[in-house]
Amino acid sequence: MKPPPFEYHAPRDLGEALEILAGAGPRGKVLAGGQSLIPMLNMRIAAPDHLVDINRLGALSSIDAGPGGVTVGALARHAEVERAAPHPLMVQALRLVAHPVIRNRGTVVGSLVHADPAAELPAVLAVLDGSVRLARRAPGASGLPDGVVTRDVPAGAFFTGPMESAAEPGELAVSAFFPALPPRTGTAFREIARRHGDYALAGVCAVVTLDEDLHISAARVGCVGVGPVPVVVDVTEACERRPAATVPWQRVAGAVRERAEPDGDVHASAAYRLHLIGVLAEQAVKDAAREAAG
Amino acid sequence: MSTGTDSSHEITLGVNGTARRVRVPGRRLLSDCLRHDLGLTGTHVGCEHGVCGCCTVLLDGRPVRSCLMLAVTADGHEITTVEGLAGPDGMSPVQRAFGESHALQCGFCTPGFLCTVTALLEENPAPTDEEVLEGISGNLCRCTGYQNIVKAVHRAAELRAEES
Repeated sequence: MKPPPFEYHAPRDLGEALEILAGAGPRGKVLAGGQSLIPMLNMRIAAPDHLVDINRLGALSSIDAGPGGVTVGALARHAEVERAAPHPLMVQALRLVAHPVIRNRGTVVGSLVHADPAAELPAVLAVLDGSVRLARRAPGASGLPDGVVTRDVPAGAFFTGPMESAAEPGELAVSAFFPALPPRTGTAFREIARRHGDYALAGVCAVVTLDEDLHISAARVGCVGVGPVPVVVDVTEACERRPAATVPWQRVAGAVRERAEPDGDVHASAAYRLHLIGVLAEQAVKDAAREAAG
Repeated sequence: MSTGTDSSHEITLGVNGTARRVRVPGRRLLSDCLRHDLGLTGTHVGCEHGVCGCCTVLLDGRPVRSCLMLAVTADGHEITTVEGLAGPDGMSPVQRAFGESHALQCGFCTPGFLCTVTALLEENPAPTDEEVLEGISGNLCRCTGYQNIVKAVHRAAELRAEES
């Protein structure tokens, strides 16, 4: 239970980090909070030749909340974002991420790049239609120093499979953008885990917008643990533009179950997860609608 | 197979108020650095993948898993281990409360609990039952059944309040 040998790099700025990552290519791995990577190293599931520790890139620890949304830097820890509370759904999700002690080290962007389909934050990014900014080194034109190019990948394209993201070798996820909520919008996160702090058997986050008469005018859910990537389902139609009190909840649950493809394992059967996801979707949409009504 | 060369690194850790210079390979876990390189065996190692909480230490005052951090990453930071919790006048309120409340049996998990609870009360001096449970949820104890640990956290909060 010790990490295998690797060449350790501790770059002091982004340019240096990207240069090392470009040189390491597929044999390189980024270390941020390490709360998933170090267990994988300890268990020898991961064995990179080059470990690029970005913990000294202080410029990446920013949390910027603007009118359009929140930009979270690659080094912003779960606990820091939870304390800063820049977005209601992020706070609801962060309280469910592992234990407080893990959240002191783990990073929001790290959780996204890790892309565990049972994790909360990928579902939050997906349901909000957020994006991840990836940076890589760009060789300078003749005589000029190397530069940095970035690309923003929307959540729908970022999560490509279980533990797989669109980040390519040589790229560093420098920040993630979580769009702000429209007016009269509420959010909620519901999940069921075997033990407090464990990965959920299934979970649902919901974003619900009401019109002036408090009828549901938009409702989206992001589902955790029921597919290889976060599953986003627009349930606006299933809510039939009704107030929450008269929504046909069976229809909402059915719409979500139709899109879920859970696997069974030692913790829960596929059928049980399918049942759960419908129940949790109803609860999360109800909670979010209640919050939207204020 | 990894072909990494794993060269060693000279680092300085502030451990319990003293600057310690040590040479470690890149892959040395902070928990192993504390125990093997610095001889501070109060930090216990249980699961080595972040589940049990036995190896919890304070990094710049915040509790973290020392088995989920490389020693090189901690270079230049302040670390408090269980050996550093007592003050010049003896055991800290949290340590005394654990003793008084019988919050330990075999004691293996205790250093992790003491560090976690010290930071918990620093941030929230009068936690509710629910906040205590949430706060210690990342530390496993196989002996006590937790009831006396929860009591000890409340007792430690009282002692801290009385003595401040």
